[in-house]
Amino acid sequence: MSGPGPGGARTAYRKIWDAHRVAGDPESRALLFVDLHLVHEVTSPQAFERLRQAGRTVRRPDLTLAVMDHTVPTGERGQPLQDPVAAEQLRQLEGNCEEQGITLFDLRHRRQGIVHVVGPELGLTQPGMTIVCGDSHTSTHGAFGALAFGIGTSEVEQVLATQCLWQAPAPTLEIRVEGGLPLGVTAKDVALAIIGEVGVAGALGSVVEYTGSTIRGLSMEGRLTVCNMTIEAGARAGLISPDQTTLSYLEGRPACPRGRDFEAAAETWLALASDEGASFDRSLRIAAERLAPHVTWGTNPAMVAEVTGRIPRLSELPGEAEREAAARALSYMGLEEGTAIEDIAVDRVFIGSCTNGRLEDLRAAAAVVAGERVHPRVRAMVVPGSQTVKRAAESEGLDEIFRRAGFEWRESGCSMCLGMNPDVLASGERCASTSNRNFEGRQGAGGRTHLVSPPMAAAAALHGHFVDVRQLTLAELPGAR
Amino acid sequence: MEGVRRFEGLCAALPRRDVDTDQIIPKQFLKRTGREGYGDACFFDWRYLPDGRPRPEFELNDPAYRGASILVSGANFGCGSSREHAVWALRGMGFRAVVAASFGDIFRANSLQNGLLPVQLSEVQADAIAARSVERRGYRLLIDLEAQTVSDRDGEICGFAIDPFWKECLTLGRDPLELALDHAADISSHELRRAAWLPRCSELAGLT
Repeated sequence: MSGPGPGGARTAYRKIWDAHRVAGDPESRALLFVDLHLVHEVTSPQAFERLRQAGRTVRRPDLTLAVMDHTVPTGERGQPLQDPVAAEQLRQLEGNCEEQGITLFDLRHRRQGIVHVVGPELGLTQPGMTIVCGDSHTSTHGAFGALAFGIGTSEVEQVLATQCLWQAPAPTLEIRVEGGLPLGVTAKDVALAIIGEVGVAGALGSVVEYTGSTIRGLSMEGRLTVCNMTIEAGARAGLISPDQTTLSYLEGRPACPRGRDFEAAAETWLALASDEGASFDRSLRIAAERLAPHVTWGTNPAMVAEVTGRIPRLSELPGEAEREAAARALSYMGLEEGTAIEDIAVDRVFIGSCTNGRLEDLRAAAAVVAGERVHPRVRAMVVPGSQTVKRAAESEGLDEIFRRAGFEWRESGCSMCLGMNPDVLASGERCASTSNRNFEGRQGAGGRTHLVSPPMAAAAALHGHFVDVRQLTLAELPGAR
Repeated sequence: MEGVRRFEGLCAALPRRDVDTDQIIPKQFLKRTGREGYGDACFFDWRYLPDGRPRPEFELNDPAYRGASILVSGANFGCGSSREHAVWALRGMGFRAVVAASFGDIFRANSLQNGLLPVQLSEVQADAIAARSVERRGYRLLIDLEAQTVSDRDGEICGFAIDPFWKECLTLGRDPLELALDHAADISSHELRRAAWLPRCSELAGLT
């Protein structure tokens, strides 16, 4: 973290850091207060167990929200889980929340969903807050100008017990994205383009702030997608300074202040934006006008190409390590170097996840799907990010559009983003996925994942292979309605 | 917390970059609710054939690495998911340190919490140690946390950096949670300063 710039100019990160430092040295290691602790079933049981063993209790159950999301089946609700180990894990979350007085959105709750979709839609995620969760995609919440990052189970235990975390200041990286996004190019493509440019360790350990006209022009949902994917460049957190778009999204949400309180909060929030002249440790610029839809071809999100491009030839790659990694990835993916992206056929399509499971994502996919049919060889599913998203989509008739085209319309959860529930790829199956990780086996052992935007996933479902969504009729494109 | 000062051990090389935590411990093992018993599942899909026999081509299945306690790998080791199970699995497989040019941010924190020492060296140094681990059977390193040095039988190879906070926690066996509890009064006074309109999850309990 850089110190204050000329005239005391500070970044949003620095302001949040300063406002949450409870103890410790501001320039080396500080104890930060946590405003919101999100909990789910997978990374919390061992933390609660240790807490219990030490005879401690949760310091601030009122600042803790638990949601069942990672392992939940997306078939009809109310059926018992087929997997006894997963069922026991869910039972433990229920018991732990009851014992510690923590609010839990369980499978029956009307607000259940992926924790990173639920927080923002309830208005729990607010600018200037510190937010942690035992999940790497906690970076999502940075879209509101919050400092949000993933932690491990030992740190979950620490936050449960103390509502604080020891943190060292992170180096800062400004990613400035300027210019209008071409039709058919989405926030997901911006994120994939950035990761392709900097690499999966390009922002390692940094706090990224996204700036520039493209970012300002994104909706909150688009900003959530960009911040969500920040972790895939190795960053600790990604954030966007709050502005009018942030305020408009927040006003009237259940957990947001109302009336005079909202006005007071809004003033505080806008003042959190990075000051003019605040300095970052590093900066890079991306031109949005030149961006195309992106498709990953390998086993990490930086192995990515434009849809009109090809998988690189190994000889084109810069170093021995890159060539080895690409060769290993292509062997796993069952692909040849130099293959045109549009020649890659898919078996499965997954639309959902904390990256792209919000209403705007489903609308963008539905716009492509409307009146069409899923390719006969493809099994395609839509998993809304939350029950709230699902209801909103149904009230607009999006479920009907997907169903009529041959998509499965399912209940909310993390689902096939990480395949901890019954939604998994079989070995060798190839999937166009709107999720965030194409690691080996991520969606099922031997499964092959290609990361894309919702409209690109929808188009692949219809055609049975990747197609350039920009070539579809204009009326089908997101933003063209 | 278990104290770590200096230890010597056999090196095992896994010379590839960006080893993500999904590879270290695949998702199907994350439904368990304990901290023990993940060692046999470490690197599951790389390590075993579908019928459960070891994959002969996987580096860490080399019998020469049996009993290894220092894993030497490529840059950005432990990237991806926050699952602390990855660290429990590496510990369960017998590792006490990982040597690499860089580490995933959350993985590093999880390692330190569990006394698995992330030894960050330059790419050149890490590669050289990986090469020696492959070429010299039984190659051993001495890792001295107090002196912050890495040595082999030929002498000191290089120093390594570590956050002074964590060095103190590890060498003295201090638990960061307890260190935070020491600041209970500071935490309380911070709580009194927080804006009244900040959200409370408890108020959402009855939300429909």
